Amino acid sequence: MAAKGDIIIDIERCKGCQVCLDACPKDVLEMSRKVNAKGYQYTVKVNSDCTGCANCAIVCPDAVISVYRVK
Amino acid sequence: MAEQSIISPENLVYKKTDVMTDRELHYCPGCGHGTAHRMLAEAIDELGIQSETIGVAPVGCSVLAYYYLNVDMQEAAHGRAPAVATGIKRVFPEKYVFTYQGDGDLAAIGTAETIHACNRGENILIVFINNGIYGMTGGQMAPTTLPGMKSSTCPMGRDVLTMGNPLKITELVAQLPGTYYVTRQSVHTPGNARKAKRAMKKALEYQKENKGACLVEVVSNCPSGWKMNPVDSNKWMEENMFPFYQLGDIKVPGKGLVSDGKNGS
Ligand SMILES: Cc1ncc(C[n+]2csc(CCOP(=O)(O)OP(=O)(O)O)c2C)c(N)n1
Ligand code: SF4
Ligand code: SF4
Ligand code: SF4
Ligand SMILES: [Mg+2]
Repeated sequence: MAAKGDIIIDIERCKGCQVCLDACPKDVLEMSRKVNAKGYQYTVKVNSDCTGCANCAIVCPDAVISVYRVK
Repeated sequence: MAEQSIISPENLVYKKTDVMTDRELHYCPGCGHGTAHRMLAEAIDELGIQSETIGVAPVGCSVLAYYYLNVDMQEAAHGRAPAVATGIKRVFPEKYVFTYQGDGDLAAIGTAETIHACNRGENILIVFINNGIYGMTGGQMAPTTLPGMKSSTCPMGRDVLTMGNPLKITELVAQLPGTYYVTRQSVHTPGNARKAKRAMKKALEYQKENKGACLVEVVSNCPSGWKMNPVDSNKWMEENMFPFYQLGDIKVPGKGLVSDGKNGS
């Protein structure tokens, strides 16, 4: 099935807290193996099942994620 | 389908509101303060009142809230935000005025200011971030620390016989005739965060009615002070904080008290 949603992750703002991982109903998110300039692992997409529900973006304390959805 | 076709301006459904500045937050990873700021900012954005809103920042981890909330802001001395907000609201009665305060700020050093501003029925919104601890200064016991909960000044856990009982100041101010809308929320899940935003929005709208003080408590985490990773801290909060600090409305316009505050006590 073609993905309906997608996200942009501003990896340099991410603090690796992992709160967004739990919030995603589609298990789209995992932590990177690399770290960003702040030294944190950051969120990466691991599949294309995103529905654009915005759950991850809403719970992200650092407003790292922008969400797109085909209407 | 190619990903580029989804990421285009007409498909944008969520991004950081402009009522938050672009500045990176200084909060610890996973700290609820950031989400609480954004829910408040989105409430202001959705009501279209950014230029008519004045906030008062506290002392505590959110002392720098004025860097992040893109509205006119005033810093207050520790615990004094409701008194400062009283002055601002009385000089500018047509503005929307809020305070943003932690539990140490609001329920310890600022207890008098909180209670009297609420009892006078000042037409302000008090956003109260209750993480059960003095986050900023190193995780000391607060009036809100749960029985048995560990902090740097009660490393064996709070013993109510020697250290007193936790203070449910939200239920306390709900009893006062000057409060109009009092509710307890959280921002740790998407559903809870959306509800917290709706509560803040309602509280700001009620300001137009001049019916008194509104208080929105957000039960929140302090991963650093609690010495847990952020995900575990949210789980711990659900299992330990929520039974004592039950989520939901406490005082509602038209109905009055809808919770006796005895839940979980
Ligand atoms: C007059 C005064 N007394 C004490 C302090 C030290 N102090 C700074 S923040 C704080 C407690 C903050 O706790 P809380 O309001 O719960 O905010 P949090 O950091 O947990 O968000 C204290 C006691 C101070 N800055 N000023
Ligand atoms: S928008 Fe929803 S489905 Fe997509 S990554 Fe975020 S939480 Fe997962
Ligand atoms: S919630 Fe935000 S800061 Fe935390 S890991 Fe996810 S994207 Fe990064
Ligand atoms: S000390 Fe606690 S309240 Fe303060 S920023 Fe860190 S996690 Fe948040
Ligand atoms: Mg606190």
